[in-house]
Amino acid sequence: MAELDTSKGGGHGKGKKKRGKKMSTRIDFTPMVDLGFLLVTFFMLTTTFSKPQTMEINLPVKPKAEDKADQQPSVKASKTMTVILGENNKVFWYMGLPTDDPDVKLTSFSETGIRKDLLDQDKMIKDMVVLIKPTDKSTYKNVVDILDEMNICNIKRFALVDVDPKDLDLIKNK
Amino acid sequence: MPKVKVPRKSTLIDMTAMTDVAFLLLTFFMLTTQFKSDDSVVVALPSSISDIKLPDTDIMNITVTKDGRVFFGIDNKNFSRERLLDKISAKYNIQFTPQEQKAFYLTSSFGIPINALKGWLGLEEVERKSFKQPGIPIDSTNNELGVWIMQARLSNPGLRIAINGDGNVAYPVIKKVMATLQDKNVNKFNLITNLEANPNTKYKKPEEKK
Repeated sequence: MAELDTSKGGGHGKGKKKRGKKMSTRIDFTPMVDLGFLLVTFFMLTTTFSKPQTMEINLPVKPKAEDKADQQPSVKASKTMTVILGENNKVFWYMGLPTDDPDVKLTSFSETGIRKDLLDQDKMIKDMVVLIKPTDKSTYKNVVDILDEMNICNIKRFALVDVDPKDLDLIKNK
Repeated sequence: MPKVKVPRKSTLIDMTAMTDVAFLLLTFFMLTTQFKSDDSVVVALPSSISDIKLPDTDIMNITVTKDGRVFFGIDNKNFSRERLLDKISAKYNIQFTPQEQKAFYLTSSFGIPINALKGWLGLEEVERKSFKQPGIPIDSTNNELGVWIMQARLSNPGLRIAINGDGNVAYPVIKKVMATLQDKNVNKFNLITNLEANPNTKYKKPEEKK
């Protein structure tokens, strides 16, 4: 295939002088190309280009037993927004304390869902703290998604908190 | 009228240029390649906008599969695996044969309880791969993941910890893993995610580049 046939040009001086037959210096490259592409394919399929992307999280230092409860960081109830992750990718959120019978809203992980609410509340309240409470029925993906929303909305103050029985009562009927 | 003679062209093409390209690509792939590690389990990662790259070395991988099994993996740069196995061997008083040690150095991540580790490492390579690994116990009564984390950090203090969790795994499992990490005073770790587009950069340019 890759060989250029030069034998035609040699047909003119037939019979005149007997010379040593001119051998073509061209080599058939086809097998080499085949091998080359085979290896290219192999490396293309086995290679991993991108290193895995990661999201870094810092958890607070676990309180020691001797620390008193009142040394725990406390936040103003009016400045807290609680986000509860329910089953089937449901998101609930309310402002303030669970005991004050807050207005619990149900939303979703879409752009107009929790993100809009987060941005709205963040605009209204200075130094808002978001408490993320994943229930046992939520998935890891939900948690990563909500942490991601924090990054997207540029909310720096948030915490992963265990869900409270009161919170479960609040979302029970939704 | 004379016939128009169409000059006969050779159907042969000069392949040299193509060969050049092929070998250029070949060289490129050969130099940049990093082989996919043969992970024993497949996880569907969740996605996030975070684009921090995970370093290649000094990484401890905690994989959580969809069905809640936990796997532990550590890279073998600077022989951290050797030291880790020595420590486990001393702590649990299990003697490993040189073959079993070699098998341990070569595996990627594993989800075998420590008391079954010797038996699993003694298997043939093919059997070892097809063995259904039960996962590392993370119950509060028998938290072997904590032991592995502790010993791995002792054998390589510069270790970074990455959680490689399946998006569909229930949160309690992840919570247990995180609680184990916190228990061992690891408060900073990474979650491995896929990259997705940042909605803020879609419309406007970010103010500052990270």
